[in-house]
Amino acid sequence: MDMKTLKTQLQSINRHLAELDAVDNALIRAIENGLALCSRPYAQIADQLGIDEPEVLARLAALQQQGVIKRMGVVVRHRELGYRANAMLVWDVPDERVSELGRCLSQYDFITLCYRRPRVLPDWPYNLFCMIHGKSREDVLQRIDWLIAQCHLESLPHRVLFSRRRFKQRGAVYRTTGSNVESNRDERHYAT
Amino acid sequence: MNNDRQLSELERHLLNDYQHGFPLSPTPYADMAEQLGVSEQQVLDSLDRLQREGLVSRVGAVFRPNRVGASTLAAMSVAEEELESVAEIINSYPHVNHNYEREHEFNLWFVATAGSEAELCSVLGEMEERTSHTILALPLLEDFHIDLGFDLQWT
Repeated sequence: MDMKTLKTQLQSINRHLAELDAVDNALIRAIENGLALCSRPYAQIADQLGIDEPEVLARLAALQQQGVIKRMGVVVRHRELGYRANAMLVWDVPDERVSELGRCLSQYDFITLCYRRPRVLPDWPYNLFCMIHGKSREDVLQRIDWLIAQCHLESLPHRVLFSRRRFKQRGAVYRTTGSNVESNRDERHYAT
Repeated sequence: MNNDRQLSELERHLLNDYQHGFPLSPTPYADMAEQLGVSEQQVLDSLDRLQREGLVSRVGAVFRPNRVGASTLAAMSVAEEELESVAEIINSYPHVNHNYEREHEFNLWFVATAGSEAELCSVLGEMEERTSHTILALPLLEDFHIDLGFDLQWT
């Protein structure tokens, strides 16, 4: 990979970075691995950070409002819940149609994520990505056929990358410095 | 693994109804318990069990990409016999949160996240060096979907 190109790409993306102060950063670090399962989880975080519980709640609400936190809640593992056919679906679509097609694909509940990413030619011509979780391979393939018809994707090249083994799955860790490093309490079970 | 065990009514509600909208109140679990008509202790015990069994990875926040730090989807093309050892090197980085084998010439796919773009590039560079494999980095340019969780179908 040409890291210089990547860095330029990342820098242009990072224009959307939220303005976060030291307390917000500490708060993000404190909740990255999940909230404690106890009566007053936010009070526990407040103690840890040396602020009070209402401030923790207000800051979390603000982070949600700014879109830094996409959602708060129970993060499930699809595979363990029986959704074992997990496919990354990638399309090579004309640049001027990416947004339209991205929005078309995203309106369906079974599409869990939908993103535009860069092409890296000649190895990787695909610029639109989405994820589908299904209970079986047939189920996912059927849904793809249906998507192709619904969003008029018949003429556009695509590939379906089913997952095989899962080597790692955990929440993102943005603050890798300090005490969080060893909290890499990961599960290493393999896909069935 | 507990893939096929029967889930209780309470567990189904916890798994499906609280993927978003988790209460931002001093006592979130008690609030959920009240909504579900059970005790706070039952909610805590059930979540603890679901977490220990691996059905729940955590109760907490999902961050929107590109708002905090820098991240990218990355792929490698690795010979089958090398795949496990390369995956192990990739997994050893705390920056990596997902790492899957997929059906393609690019068969190893992972997400790497760091505090800054400089740190991310240096981590990816180090991975290339340690694995002797080139990384295809595909950072997110546009997000079309607001991930508000996943509607589980109990059939």
